[in-house]
Amino acid sequence: MSAKVDITFTVNGAVKQVSVPANMSALDMLRDQLDLKGAKEACGEGECGACTIIIDDTSVCSCLMYAADCDGRTIETIEGVQTEDGLDPIQQAFVEHGAVQCGYCTPGMVMQAKHMLNKNPNPTEGEIQRGLEGNVCRCTGYRKIIDAVAEVARS
Amino acid sequence: MDQIVEKPDTLIGKPIPKPDAPDKVVGKTTYINDMVLPRMLIAKIKRTDRVHAKILSVDISAAEKVPGIVAIATAENSPKGLIGVLKDNPPLKGDKVRCIRDEIAGVAGETEEAVDEALKLIKVEYEDLPGVFDPEEALKDDAPLIHDDKPGNLSLTFDFEHGDISKAEKDSDIVLEEKYELHYVTHTCMGPGCVIADFDTHGKLTIYTQTQYPYNYKMDLAPALDISAGDIRVIQPPVGGAFGSKLDVYPFEPIAVYLAKKARRPVKLFFSREEEFIASPTRQPARVYIKQGAKKDGTITFRDVNVYLNNGGYTSWGATIPAVMMRTMTGHFRIPNVEFHSKAVYTNNPFAGSFRGYGNVQATYVTATLMDKMAEELGMDPIEFRLKNAQKPGERTPQNSLLKTAALADCIKIGAEKTNFLEKHAANVAAREKPGRIRQGIGIATSIHNAGGAKIHKSDGCGTILTMDDYGRATVITGASEIGQGIDAVITQLVSEELGIPTSDVIIANNDSAIGPWDVGVHASRTTFIAGNAARNAAVKAKQQILAAAARQSNVSIDKLDLRGGHVVQKDNGVSVTKLDRLLRQMHFAGDDAELVMVSEYYEPPSELEDKNHVGDISAAYSHGAYITELEIDTLTGGVKLHKMTCVQDVGKVINKLGIEGQMEGGIAQGIGYGLSEELIIEEGIVKNPNFRDYKVVTAPEMPEIECHFIEDDEETGPFGAKGISELPCIIPGASIANAVYNAIGVRFDNPPITPEKIVRALHGDKIEAAE
Ligand code: FES
Ligand code: FES
Repeated sequence: MSAKVDITFTVNGAVKQVSVPANMSALDMLRDQLDLKGAKEACGEGECGACTIIIDDTSVCSCLMYAADCDGRTIETIEGVQTEDGLDPIQQAFVEHGAVQCGYCTPGMVMQAKHMLNKNPNPTEGEIQRGLEGNVCRCTGYRKIIDAVAEVARS
Repeated sequence: MDQIVEKPDTLIGKPIPKPDAPDKVVGKTTYINDMVLPRMLIAKIKRTDRVHAKILSVDISAAEKVPGIVAIATAENSPKGLIGVLKDNPPLKGDKVRCIRDEIAGVAGETEEAVDEALKLIKVEYEDLPGVFDPEEALKDDAPLIHDDKPGNLSLTFDFEHGDISKAEKDSDIVLEEKYELHYVTHTCMGPGCVIADFDTHGKLTIYTQTQYPYNYKMDLAPALDISAGDIRVIQPPVGGAFGSKLDVYPFEPIAVYLAKKARRPVKLFFSREEEFIASPTRQPARVYIKQGAKKDGTITFRDVNVYLNNGGYTSWGATIPAVMMRTMTGHFRIPNVEFHSKAVYTNNPFAGSFRGYGNVQATYVTATLMDKMAEELGMDPIEFRLKNAQKPGERTPQNSLLKTAALADCIKIGAEKTNFLEKHAANVAAREKPGRIRQGIGIATSIHNAGGAKIHKSDGCGTILTMDDYGRATVITGASEIGQGIDAVITQLVSEELGIPTSDVIIANNDSAIGPWDVGVHASRTTFIAGNAARNAAVKAKQQILAAAARQSNVSIDKLDLRGGHVVQKDNGVSVTKLDRLLRQMHFAGDDAELVMVSEYYEPPSELEDKNHVGDISAAYSHGAYITELEIDTLTGGVKLHKMTCVQDVGKVINKLGIEGQMEGGIAQGIGYGLSEELIIEEGIVKNPNFRDYKVVTAPEMPEIECHFIEDDEETGPFGAKGISELPCIIPGASIANAVYNAIGVRFDNPPITPEKIVRALHGDKIEAAE
């Protein structure tokens, strides 16, 4: 058992205080300690993007990040994207464009798309493709995901 | 005032979002990997590190003492039943290991840390045995024997003969003889392997699994467990993809059950990504020797095919792919004389299972590139040669597939026309002679696949129960599984179309074998066709019952009534006779005459099993496709950039536009991976690249533009005319790319994937050798 570290951070607008093993990943903390199971572990080694979250204003593979390094930071996970008014435009576009099949990649894709549009609200198709490069989807062939993101960028 | 209900537009062919998509985009869907049951234990597998060895001893004494360890299963303390297509695979190995993925023990504990610790402490002593890794080597008399009861290391063989190939060879003007080496690829489902087993106090098992064939699964799992298949309840939580990988029982599933039984607690066993690469089934690799002849005028005279399948250590569905390979090798182009022989041979490699497209990905890579080679040899263009030999509607293949609506020629013609194929093809060939670093290529490939189910089991049927509640909602209990492919949307659409209710008023229940009726599972592009027919027929029955009640009540004859917009209406003028929900309540609460709308349908397609000679019309319908790839190659780096894939496919009828396009695009991405980048590298039985960094699946930047042209010829036996569609998109791209690569640089690759390295070596081999 590795030593515990006490950390405080904001996740989806709420302040959390938790005690985590020093070697725990941010992803395991979210899934196992905070019961935020939207982010998935599909590789655990930074190669697939299924675990993507937004920290401060960058998107990260939460499987590669230590939970302890979340201390003092602001995290947004897929669970925080939907508002009281309904789905976020990106989420809505994913639904309407058929960008979701099994959906296992979807939380990571949505977070990455959101991050990309935060940085660059008017991406070209090529920029969208490159922006999603780190996120593997085995079902959709990406076309509909690209279309969904492009539509949100247009509107 | 009469209420008029306008006839709504048909839902058939419209883009309907998957009903489960909203939950998935907000991260709310609980996948099997996310599930936690009360008092659930975590489990993992101790695997061997040898490829072929006698097990001398397995010592779990130190592992058992790790705090938090609750149960350890080994061959010695577990049931002895076997799994796999030939029942040659003990879930836990006690006497010997035959490949690197072999399971020695299962460990269940309170925490993952405890389990990891215990795994390290299990000691296994081996005596190594010589290994064999090549199927033709393994057939030799002096090859090491992998299973004592499998002489010659032979697993399954398939043989088909039609006509007289030696006479046809003599009568041929040209004969081509080729050898292909088709590689290992794997599914890489985004949701890694996972299973949860739980017994109740009666000794009945509930298993939460990723399976895509829940009903046969019970039958295949039971022999490993010493319990009756009837005592197994299969629950299918949402999964992160399957693509054929979950059509068999694999060792980790019974192992979880052994542990749950020992612990008397629920046990969840799951894979890491590395394990997923090493210990999941692969696509079946194949070595294919093929000879094909033709007359000068381009008429194909014969084919002679010999296939060696590297079976690996055990037999799963991979060994049966010839059943599908053969249909493409013997048909869709007219092959008057043909022989097909295949041997699946045990080796010490990991073993293959089924994978979207089955043997047809391999068969199409071979046949579609061979067609191109032969066209060139004959001095014909690739379109003309194909059209000359394309089977026509009404023809039968040598295996007796009846091509009722064969659209092959149409697919080829439309594809060629839309892409200006011949002009570009000729220009690219001419450009090869000129200087320049970047080369353009265009290539075509075609195939055929079953599109009305495939009768490989005694039943190819699907059961459906449809009930209506008092509020006009329909619940459809279907045997069909949802693994992300979108049958939920298709059934919703078909049922709401028949019953005139909004799609949001259809509820699908399909993930519990204790509730749902029989289905053969998601495979063979069968679900839209078979489960779609079952659901639609059930809806028609429900509609008849509702309209009969409305007719009695309103004195309008039943044939003048219809369901529309939540009302029963008069067909001709749309005047509402009654509201559907009100009528349902009246029917339900009618005292002695009470009736509930609750119907069932069992749909078995009109198809036949093959006879022992592999002759039989196994599918109610067949579908053709022609895919054209346009690409460019950087001859310096070997980089291939795909510009566009134009796909013409005979789909019968589009049901869900979003779903069909999604299946096309997703299949194409996997097909591109097969052709260009994916290869599970296995050397002397060891998987060398078990991670996404070294196993290169297609990502967003590599996807070309995709243009689909659907030929809708209304299959008479399909639901609203639909055929099954979702394997051809994965089957054809690899071959189409290979032909485009040849068009660009004049080099053939009979050993996909066509990686930059292979291209560079082919183009600059002499220089590279000099440098090396
Ligand atoms: S799970 Fe983090 S990148 Fe794959
Ligand atoms: S939808 Fe299945 S992995 Fe993307």
